[in-house]
Amino acid sequence: MKLYLLIPFLPLAAFVINILFGRTLIRDKAHWVSCPTIIGSLVVSVITLIDVINGKIINEDLYTWVVSEKFIVSIGFLIDQLTAVMLIVVTGVGSLIFIYSIGYMHGDKGYYRYFAYLSLFVFFMLMLVMGNNFLVLYLGWEGVGLCSYFLIGFWFEKKSASDAGKKAFITCRFGDFGFALGVILIFLTFGTLHYVPVFDEVKGVAGQTINILGWEVDLITLIALLLFAGAVGKSAQIPLHVWLPDAMEGPTPVSALIHAATMVTAGVFMVARCNPIFNLSEVAMLTVAVIGAVTSLFAATIAIFQNDIKRIIAYSTISHLGMMFAACGVGAYAAGIFHLYTHGFFKALLFLAAGSVIHAAHHNDIQRMGGLKKYQPITYITMLIAALSAGGIPGLAGFFSKDEIIWSTFASGSPVGTLVWILMIAIAFFTPFYSFRMIFLTFHGKFRGTHEEEHHLHESPPVMTIPLMLLAAGALGAGWVGIPTILGGGAHIAHFLEPVLGHPELHGTHAQEFGVMGLSTTIALSGIVIAAILYLIKTYLPLRLAQGFSGIYRVVFNKYYVDELYNLTIVKPGLWIADSFIERFTDAKIIEGIVNGVPRSIGRFAGILRKVQTGITQHYAIIMAAGVFILIVLILW
Amino acid sequence: MLPELFFAYFAVTIVLFSIFVVTARNPVHSVLWMLLLFFHIAGLYLFLNAEFIAAIQIIIYAGAILVLYLFVVFLLNLREELKIYRFIGGWPSGLTFGIALLAVIILSIRSFIAAPPGKYSINLIREETHTKALAKLLYTDYLFPFEIISVILLVAIVGVIVLAKRRLKT
Amino acid sequence: MVPLNWYMLLSAVVFTIGVTGFLMRRNIIIMLMSIELMLNGVNINLVALSHYLQDMRGQILTFFVISVAAAEAAIGLAIIIALFRNKATAHVDEVQEMKG
Repeated sequence: MKLYLLIPFLPLAAFVINILFGRTLIRDKAHWVSCPTIIGSLVVSVITLIDVINGKIINEDLYTWVVSEKFIVSIGFLIDQLTAVMLIVVTGVGSLIFIYSIGYMHGDKGYYRYFAYLSLFVFFMLMLVMGNNFLVLYLGWEGVGLCSYFLIGFWFEKKSASDAGKKAFITCRFGDFGFALGVILIFLTFGTLHYVPVFDEVKGVAGQTINILGWEVDLITLIALLLFAGAVGKSAQIPLHVWLPDAMEGPTPVSALIHAATMVTAGVFMVARCNPIFNLSEVAMLTVAVIGAVTSLFAATIAIFQNDIKRIIAYSTISHLGMMFAACGVGAYAAGIFHLYTHGFFKALLFLAAGSVIHAAHHNDIQRMGGLKKYQPITYITMLIAALSAGGIPGLAGFFSKDEIIWSTFASGSPVGTLVWILMIAIAFFTPFYSFRMIFLTFHGKFRGTHEEEHHLHESPPVMTIPLMLLAAGALGAGWVGIPTILGGGAHIAHFLEPVLGHPELHGTHAQEFGVMGLSTTIALSGIVIAAILYLIKTYLPLRLAQGFSGIYRVVFNKYYVDELYNLTIVKPGLWIADSFIERFTDAKIIEGIVNGVPRSIGRFAGILRKVQTGITQHYAIIMAAGVFILIVLILW
Repeated sequence: MLPELFFAYFAVTIVLFSIFVVTARNPVHSVLWMLLLFFHIAGLYLFLNAEFIAAIQIIIYAGAILVLYLFVVFLLNLREELKIYRFIGGWPSGLTFGIALLAVIILSIRSFIAAPPGKYSINLIREETHTKALAKLLYTDYLFPFEIISVILLVAIVGVIVLAKRRLKT
Repeated sequence: MVPLNWYMLLSAVVFTIGVTGFLMRRNIIIMLMSIELMLNGVNINLVALSHYLQDMRGQILTFFVISVAAAEAAIGLAIIIALFRNKATAHVDEVQEMKG
């Protein structure tokens, strides 16, 4: 019995049941199908994790999927240390978010549809992390993108929501195109798509070049960069980050699950999974590190001026994803995955707490909130924990992983590492700053909305607050598996992942490590203090500062005008071509001509043929006899 | 000379009765010509040393199947049947193809090559008696097809009941 | 001794009379009887070959053909009854459900 098969296929079963019977039979009981299945997946994932800890690695093919000459791909599963960690994140955070959704989505008319898509998403995400070859990874990769599209546009009656869904899908397409090319190039180079043979043979092709339009390009670098293009799209890095903030149009639990804890981290997972490829290309590593670090700082600065509570968290997510890539880029894959794991908890918690706030306030604008601590104590405390964890305050989950990343970049010893480290230190200031700006504006001070709105404020039901509390426990303690050696911990997670992800070369003394840790902690605390000064004590200051530096303020507030730039350079010309050329000429003349002409001629021909069908039995029999006659004649001659 | 005469009689009657069967205006006459035809075919079987087949030809065909036909013929409106035209429109093409088929089948008979004779000579069958020889084969080598025939008959029984019982809604 | 070819000729004639009857008659009962004629034509051939080749297989096949003919006749007549009940006719050219 292959127990681990239950992990992806339980959610798939939930999807099938909900999508088939949801509208007629199940309706508002859809969670009774989806929640038990994902909790079942969680239980099996824990069992699998224990197996993996005991040294049982699974890598087997179950079913031959595609056979086309030499292109043979199977559906197969690889369960190693990296997969096991991902399984816990996906099913663990997923379970809590499913339960939370019962309360959050209560009474929505697409309730069954919501749970069906959510289950389908979990299935694809699990296929993505469990596959043992690139095509299964690609299947999951596109599948989660599709489900993300469904769920962002879940309230499709709202134009902004359906637009955001399209934007997410199309933006990711740019990256996925590169990813697909990377997968094809891997097949052309290695003749297989299975991870193990590819990673075994990758050293043999190091240094080979490939000729593209007269340029000699290093093969490994090209593969790595193409794969990374996919990661850039999926994990919302510069320049394809624009979709993630808009994706906040979806229901908040969806943002928590897909756009914080799991799908957007698929890029980091993929880069970590392909570390044997990336390790061989300095250019690719450099690109990963720089794009990660720059994105991280870029998003963190935008987050400071946002007023939409979910968008702040969305930019925070982009920033944290950038940190993970930066860690991968300096070779500290384990640190990146560790941060992915803790980030899954505290970021999902931030989102769910924000959802709880939105549930009470019925809008997203933090400028019209304030003083909610009185009405929503549980939400307040859990969100505070999440913000502290995200900000890297010692003892909480986020601290250990973030510190690991900062230390790895510092100790990598390369000039890029140092540059990345400087950016990381800057982010260490911004992250707690914008997190606490959000908390102070939302929960402290006086309520700034109307009286009627104040009347509606209330704490969310237990079905929502209990997942919050459980996630808060995760945001507190999830990092304790990776306490670094110098603080008396065992750095268990780094050792656990070492067989898959290798061991980064670190040059540094204990004193330096303490120093870096102290520096980042001090900076993080100063971030909180400054946020407190600006938004709690001297509340007139932010406005005056904005006026004082109006130029910078306007640029950053408008998200560096990236959306406007894309609109001008890509969307507008695209629409123009679609409108003037494709619609007027290709569609109207060629396509319509073919589409209408073919059936018309078929119809004319059929009009002749139908006269043969007289309906009289003997006429058919005569034709049959004629056939027999002709057959005999043919055989005799 | 006698066997040839004997065969000639049977052959001519069989062909004539066949033509009567398909051309008779009255379906009852058709059935009765059919009855005579079956008796003559049975006689031909006897002439070919196949007593058992001749017996079931009479018992099953003449005794069971034809009676069934007769029952159904009584359902028809015979008086109207006698007045209207017997053949479908476009019957000449049917006739043409029938004759063409006959021509090619007769042509193909020319190229027939007989296989070497088997062991069931007339004397052997006479010794063992015909029915026993047939039964031995039927219950040994051909047991499986024999069982299949029983299933086919069962299907026919069930099918007939379903078809005849159900009143279709139009 | 009567030559085998005579039997084959007779069988062919009976068979084609059956075919022609099937192709020409309007009455569905006569059409079914034409089918019986075709089967009998084949049976004559089988029994004759069995006799001349001294092989019992032909007669066993005849036995099977007769059984199948019985089943076929029963079903065919049941279909005629169903048709008669629904369309009140036994003439095939009056039933043109398949007309295109």
